[in-house]
Amino acid sequence: MSILVNSNTRVICQGITGKAGAFHTKGCKEYGTKMVGGVTPGKSGETVEGLPVFDTVEEAVEKTGANATMIFVPPPFTADAILEAVDAGIEVICAITEGVPVIDMVHVYDRVKRSKSVLVGPNCPGVITPGQCKIGIMPGYIHQPGKVGIMSRSGTLTYEAVWQTSNLKLGQSTCVGLGGDPIVGTSYIDIFERFQNDDQTEVILMIGEIGGDAEEKAAEYVKNHVTKPVAAFIAGRTAPPGKRMGHAGAIITGGKGTAAEKVSALEAAGIVVAPSPAEMGDAVMEALRRKK
Amino acid sequence: MRTHGTLTEFELALIILDLADGCKLRRKCGIFRNRACPTIEIDSMKIHEYQAKELFRSFQVPILQGFVAKTPEEAKAAFDKLGGTLAVIKAQVHAGGRGKGTFIEVPSQRGVQLTKNGDETAAAAKNMIGNRLVTIQTGAAGSVVNQVFVEQGCKIARELYLAVVVDRAAKLPLLMVSSEGGVEIEKVAEESPEKILREHFDPAYGLMPYQVRKLCKKLNISGAAAKSAEMFMRKLCELFVKLDCSMAEINPLVITEDEKMIALDAKITFDDNAMYRHPDLKELRDVAEEEPAELRAANSGLSFVKLEGNIGCLVNGAGLAMATMDIIKYHGGAPANFLDVGGGANTQQVTEAFRIILSDANVKAILVNIFGGIARCTTIAQAIIEASKEVGFKVPLVVRLEGTEVEEGKKMLRESGLAIISADNLTDAAKKVVASVS
Repeated sequence: MSILVNSNTRVICQGITGKAGAFHTKGCKEYGTKMVGGVTPGKSGETVEGLPVFDTVEEAVEKTGANATMIFVPPPFTADAILEAVDAGIEVICAITEGVPVIDMVHVYDRVKRSKSVLVGPNCPGVITPGQCKIGIMPGYIHQPGKVGIMSRSGTLTYEAVWQTSNLKLGQSTCVGLGGDPIVGTSYIDIFERFQNDDQTEVILMIGEIGGDAEEKAAEYVKNHVTKPVAAFIAGRTAPPGKRMGHAGAIITGGKGTAAEKVSALEAAGIVVAPSPAEMGDAVMEALRRKK
Repeated sequence: MRTHGTLTEFELALIILDLADGCKLRRKCGIFRNRACPTIEIDSMKIHEYQAKELFRSFQVPILQGFVAKTPEEAKAAFDKLGGTLAVIKAQVHAGGRGKGTFIEVPSQRGVQLTKNGDETAAAAKNMIGNRLVTIQTGAAGSVVNQVFVEQGCKIARELYLAVVVDRAAKLPLLMVSSEGGVEIEKVAEESPEKILREHFDPAYGLMPYQVRKLCKKLNISGAAAKSAEMFMRKLCELFVKLDCSMAEINPLVITEDEKMIALDAKITFDDNAMYRHPDLKELRDVAEEEPAELRAANSGLSFVKLEGNIGCLVNGAGLAMATMDIIKYHGGAPANFLDVGGGANTQQVTEAFRIILSDANVKAILVNIFGGIARCTTIAQAIIEASKEVGFKVPLVVRLEGTEVEEGKKMLRESGLAIISADNLTDAAKKVVASVS
């Protein structure tokens, strides 16, 4: 198994005729993802990478049986694109777009929660189940089918973790990029629940950041509900207080939401915390050892 | 000068301190004590008090009458135009803590002063305009005051505190009000957080009248003042949503002796991501208030924060950029900056990033750490080659590439003949760059 996506997932790309949309549609297709079409309003009838382009998501679903989408439309149209996918009954929506206004996401989040869709992102690298389905912008070749479930708010730091676990021959069940924006569709806890219930996932790696209390809440959840071994890394140990570091989430406010606090909350929940970003793979190994 | 666009419940209590008198937190941590601290605004635009009040006026959020002045003569004229016996003159800088701040050139002058006549107003304006105001938020170098705001006086019956932010955990905008106005809000947040009242609201409907009634009941506001509060709070929340604010803070918020709720101060920051739909707001940006290197980076679509170390960092992705700083420290070095070139970085952006890093005289080595996803290693390699032609690398350059088009990128660098120290992984890169400066 795996979570969210697998070899049966049928994927469309919203914004397929744009530069990024076309480039990554090609990448996903080459990886082996079942790409079945794309959507760009006003461009139906065209093809991109041999795939049909539709005017609406509804039409694309009807004609291709798509059940997942990756969104590459520009920020002013992202909320609309996500809601269109929700409306069309798409199960897994990956919004890759960066720069969506926060207020837009307040509306979108509410609608998504009242639907059957799962929204990953925005401002995220996407979701990949190695060897089966890649939806998003991550470099496919660093992945390897295996046992580690990975989740992170940061794209490139996820790649780093993937690379390390691949080099250790652990491989990954599914990797989920949650997105770096203040309001994203999926939380650590949502994904912990899925990994806990997934047979293929034997160990879970969570990559957190300074600021906020999402990591502390996740630690609490792990303590009470997760029986699988868990490892973690917290980025931003050396970030100066009060500074925002690119992600809206990553801000330290004097003494609270600090890496030190997060690390102690995670350790108290029995999670192995990597001391440096180069040791995320080792932390996963350690977590596996301890549970034996 | 922090950004508080989005907060979790957990952060909120703390943030209040920050909002109230921004520098207290920073002072506590001590990192920026006694030095000019860079602005932190990466994705949240700030404006001046007088500009915020103009916006308040257009949304019918009650304020007092006031005028901007750029010369002592204008300040005197403003006092006369107000026609009262009392006015407040306030230096217009983005930094908070103005009331307690003093001027480098005229140490006896504070950033906010009560005046009783036109001449007094002119004299205060003369002390302020063109001089540098030092507050706990500005650092020792201070901020140059280019204009002052001369505002009516009023008879204050009560002082409150009010802020609106987006609560990240609840995924909704949040109005916070406290009866403990003034600068002591920090203590309130620490010692009695229950005194900070909170109401989330749905941006589609705004703050509902019942929510104001609840707040007024708890704050013991009744009669005409409660009516005024309803107007004030609902209009302010409307402004917050319609203008895509990331934070609106009023400290103090006052109730006057004639039972009107009025904003005495006004701080607003905006969600930069939404500025495409507010072209008029963009013009309110005061670039004189921003750290030059960070502004330059922002103009090129780069996230940059200047730090105090000597190892320049160029990384893609905010998380990896933070992790790169972490690992430099872990191996005994000190990062000179945080720099995220972002996902879709092109050659010009990366070249500009190198220029910005090299403009810092403290930089003794540079670490490039790229894990290509959207960003391709070939783009980075090309940029390194072009930047070296243009700016020349006089400091050691350690490069670690991985991800999309990595082999082609590495090959380009090898064939360029540049003296690049190449690294195989994160630890290797960090060790090599730390060794190169020690």
